[in-house]
Amino acid sequence: MEKEIVIRMEELTKLYGTQTAVDRLTLSVAQGEVFGFLGPNGAGKTTTMLMLLGLTEPTSGTVRVCGFDPARDPLKVKEIIGYLPEHVGFYEDMDARQNLRYIARLNDIPDRISTARIDRLLEEVDLAGEATKKVGSYSKGMRQRLGIAEVLIKEPKVVFLDEPTIGLDPDGTNRMLDLIQALSRERQMTIFFSSHLLDQVQQISDRIGIMIKGKLVAAGPLAELAQRGLGLEEGEAYTLEEIYMKYFKEA
Amino acid sequence: MHGILTIYRKEMEDHFSSMRFLLIAALIVMIGVIIASMVGMSMQEELRGVAKPTFVFLMLFTSTGKLFSFVQFIGLLGPLIGIILGFDAINRERSGRTLSKLVSQPIYRDAIINAKFLAGVTMIAIVMASLVLIISGLGIRLIGVVPGAEEIWRLLIYLVLSIIYISFWLGAAILFSVVFRSTATSALASLAVWICLSFFIGLGGSFLADAVAPINQTADMAEATDAFLKNAEIQRVASLFSPMTLYGDATSTILDPMRKTTRAFVLMGPLERFSLSRFQNPLPLGQSVVIVAPFMISLIAITFVCFGICYAVFMRQEIRST
Repeated sequence: MEKEIVIRMEELTKLYGTQTAVDRLTLSVAQGEVFGFLGPNGAGKTTTMLMLLGLTEPTSGTVRVCGFDPARDPLKVKEIIGYLPEHVGFYEDMDARQNLRYIARLNDIPDRISTARIDRLLEEVDLAGEATKKVGSYSKGMRQRLGIAEVLIKEPKVVFLDEPTIGLDPDGTNRMLDLIQALSRERQMTIFFSSHLLDQVQQISDRIGIMIKGKLVAAGPLAELAQRGLGLEEGEAYTLEEIYMKYFKEA
Repeated sequence: MHGILTIYRKEMEDHFSSMRFLLIAALIVMIGVIIASMVGMSMQEELRGVAKPTFVFLMLFTSTGKLFSFVQFIGLLGPLIGIILGFDAINRERSGRTLSKLVSQPIYRDAIINAKFLAGVTMIAIVMASLVLIISGLGIRLIGVVPGAEEIWRLLIYLVLSIIYISFWLGAAILFSVVFRSTATSALASLAVWICLSFFIGLGGSFLADAVAPINQTADMAEATDAFLKNAEIQRVASLFSPMTLYGDATSTILDPMRKTTRAFVLMGPLERFSLSRFQNPLPLGQSVVIVAPFMISLIAITFVCFGICYAVFMRQEIRST
């Protein structure tokens, strides 16, 4: 059975002045997929996410998230997506529970529903013990996990994660990756995440897109990229790094 | 709608729990007590020789006592309250990196700025109302005069005008907090505009007046008077660019019913001058309002324009987390 397409971008272009941030990007992501968006810094990954969220308007081209146009129906899109920005911030003088409650209220979730949900989520991201501490005292890893909880509080269909593992130690990174995989497996959420750390992308993605200088140079499952990019036969060994460097040099 | 309410609630909680609010509260008590006692003590002297004093209660607010009156004080330093409440409204969220999170929630983007402005206006209303109440309360104790119904109406109109005036500065401060990324820059920019509009406009106005209509020493009496009047008129027009002048004019006949015009004495026509010296009766409330209506409307207009610009700039900004 063909899966429903939840994210669809066609000829998507964003110009900042004369500089092209995203150049005719065409890509679609199906329901329940984990899509890893790879690329060096400044390749246009964040800009693409902003257009998907309706936080910036595309110069040309079309975007659809679950059938809605983020530029026209930003509220509809924001109701069904969760977004974890690259540098997530919290209200430092409130504790984890208060931060989550605020986001829940902004999503029009009544307190009687959100209370139970907050407890469950804090448990899930392993912050239940620290729930009454002010977020100002949290470590980077704890903040990132709280960020995930905040994304999940509205029970989104699609989750956008911008560099979710940046600045985390190996243990924090692993916990984060486990969390992301759990989301996709247990809740069938569609996950669209960006990173420039190759082994992580390789570890958890169903499909991978490589973006360099605003252009999507390759997209598909890892094995397919290996065959096309490196000209390998099936069964031969490869790493994502080889593929990535190949495309990077070409561009 | 839930967006505005939620953010408004959070902003109010922030205001009340912040150090800033404590400082403002301390300031309120200090100003209230100082002004009430200062004016209350000098009131007796001022009223000596007046056969039948009227509107004594309002004099608590307009009498200058030894230093300054309450109205002058708010005209001068009220803007600071607005600036303190608004200068970091948006860029605090930006530097705390919570803004990009906020705008990705299912709320209209304007809910953020509307709620922040509303919360600020509420705080201003609380500050002004408590100041007026403290002075009234202490005043009743000190001078033993109870306000009449008309005086209460006049005070209420004054209160609303003051809230609008300070809200103008709140709007200006929020505008700078949208434009500048750093809270220090936006605070400094707001202060610079405040100083410029409140103090230098008068100075610039007199320079302009001297340049356009210089007062020459001529033998011809009529010509000299003409030049003098023109000079004064230009200064007056220039001074209207200052919200402080607008506020001063708008509240002048409201709190001081003996004044019958907002104009300075030299600019009055002969009839006005005649009536001022001849009829020592207070203006009725309706007439007081009619005289200052243009200034009131201008004050309201600039407040809305200021917030409107702020709104437009914020709606167009791209919000990134970096």
